[in-house]
Amino acid sequence: MQSNAALEYDYSVAKLFTFTTILFGIIGMLVGTLIAAQLAFPELNYLIGEYGTFSRLRPLHTDVVIYGFMLSGIWATFYYVGQRVLKVSMAESKFLMFMGKFHFYLYFVGALIAVITLLLGITQSKEYAEFEWPIDIVVVLIWVSWGISLFGLIGIRREKSLYISLWYYIAAFLGVAMLYLFNNMAVPTYFVSGGIGSVLHSVSMYSGTNDALVQWWFGHNAVGFVFTVAIIAQIYYFLPKESGQAVYSYKLSLLSFWGLMFVYLWAGSHHLIWSTVPDWMQTMGSIFSVVLILPSWGSAINMLLTMKGEWNQLTENPLIKLMVLASTFYMLSTIEGPIQSIKSVNAIAHFTDWIPGHVHDGVLGWVGFMTMAALYHMAPRIFKREIYSKKLIDVQFWIQTTGIVLYFTSMWIAGITQGMMWRAVDEYGNLMYSFIDTVAILHPYYTIRTVSAVLYFTGFLIFAYNMVKTMTVSKEISQEPTNRTPMAA
Amino acid sequence: MELRELQGYATFFMTIFLVVMMYGYIIHLYRSEKKGERDYEKYGKIALDDEIDSKPIEKNPKISEEKKGANK
Repeated sequence: MQSNAALEYDYSVAKLFTFTTILFGIIGMLVGTLIAAQLAFPELNYLIGEYGTFSRLRPLHTDVVIYGFMLSGIWATFYYVGQRVLKVSMAESKFLMFMGKFHFYLYFVGALIAVITLLLGITQSKEYAEFEWPIDIVVVLIWVSWGISLFGLIGIRREKSLYISLWYYIAAFLGVAMLYLFNNMAVPTYFVSGGIGSVLHSVSMYSGTNDALVQWWFGHNAVGFVFTVAIIAQIYYFLPKESGQAVYSYKLSLLSFWGLMFVYLWAGSHHLIWSTVPDWMQTMGSIFSVVLILPSWGSAINMLLTMKGEWNQLTENPLIKLMVLASTFYMLSTIEGPIQSIKSVNAIAHFTDWIPGHVHDGVLGWVGFMTMAALYHMAPRIFKREIYSKKLIDVQFWIQTTGIVLYFTSMWIAGITQGMMWRAVDEYGNLMYSFIDTVAILHPYYTIRTVSAVLYFTGFLIFAYNMVKTMTVSKEISQEPTNRTPMAA
Repeated sequence: MELRELQGYATFFMTIFLVVMMYGYIIHLYRSEKKGERDYEKYGKIALDDEIDSKPIEKNPKISEEKKGANK
């Protein structure tokens, strides 16, 4: 057998996606901070004409953080973890190397076009699926390129068994592919009308309640398969690797995986409780949401138990702290969601600020912390330099944790206040409050949310600074660290 | 039978079916380990020992001799 000493993992694509994770994170969170401030101080809507209004910026915020920041993070980690758990280098296949780079550049161009069209107000008005049909076609091409990289790498693997993380990456790929295609079925009006209106405009192939059902089947799951599934893929690799502890129970991970795969896709109709969709479908969404606690907590508990006997690392290693807290926020978020899906609770929670509160303890605590911890873990391995500052990670951790707690607590109070006020009736059955009464009373909570957004964004800037310094001036390392990530004090 | 009643039965039997499936799967996992047919926990090491020249936990039989080069 010939020994090839020069063979190494190739991180060039992982590096490119690392850069866009930081870039889109800054843009998405900056816009998020601005729109949080706009809700508290409406005059901020008029800073840059139509381009600065809440309605224009809100889709920009959600799409840039989901499809910019999170997807870049997912792909940065995939192009890193994928090679390592399959024990095969991208450098071994010129075709896969080309596909990886093609995937990145097509994605980057597509993302920039998407940002511009959203700013121009070109949208098909579906939440998280705003992009008009030409961009949808580019999205499909981007997704297919990832699929080729994913299955291509699996095809030339040395390790026969696919590690847990890969099951989740595959699930994210397949789940989003199916959901995105179905939800974006649309008719470009220009072509069927014989040249009337804008070439970019389209209407959904579904109408009324059916459109709502398909939209929330997509809305809950496509985002879930990004927010949840692909982030679980990361924690199953990075927490064991960073701590040096094998995953607590591989069997539990199998059970959680199949449980999640089966249950997740049925829960989307909980977004439509008390709406015009059939009652049985609302009940089904509610039940499956509650059942979803089991596989979600299965993964989270498996992660926490992986630290068994090694809890000292929580105080010694800030990356473990980020990941353990990410897992804890995942537990909080996945118990809160099912609670909101119970019909009687939903009667109060629906359409209130408790919903964005729930979303943000998940995305800021779970997705954000996990993505940053993963990039910190990868940085010394892909840039061959130690982390620039451990202290900055600690500072960032506490600033952002404070931000998250302020965000969801203020939104809990705001949401429940709103829900109760909307329902309140006097002894004659008349509504006690007008809509503007609720707006006035929520002002302090919206201000607290703005402060929390500023805190989280500040923490993210610290992360970005620490990463850039790590890439450029930090001390070089000669040997790749095995487990614990090296960092300067 | 009314639709409501039918839905009730469907929900009940579906729940029982899912519970049986889930526990069945757990029993299957533990039983196949006890019988020595599978050792699931060894796969957890894939993440820890992930150098390109590390010995795979299970070698991919389809990989060509030439490709095996990196594994000592």
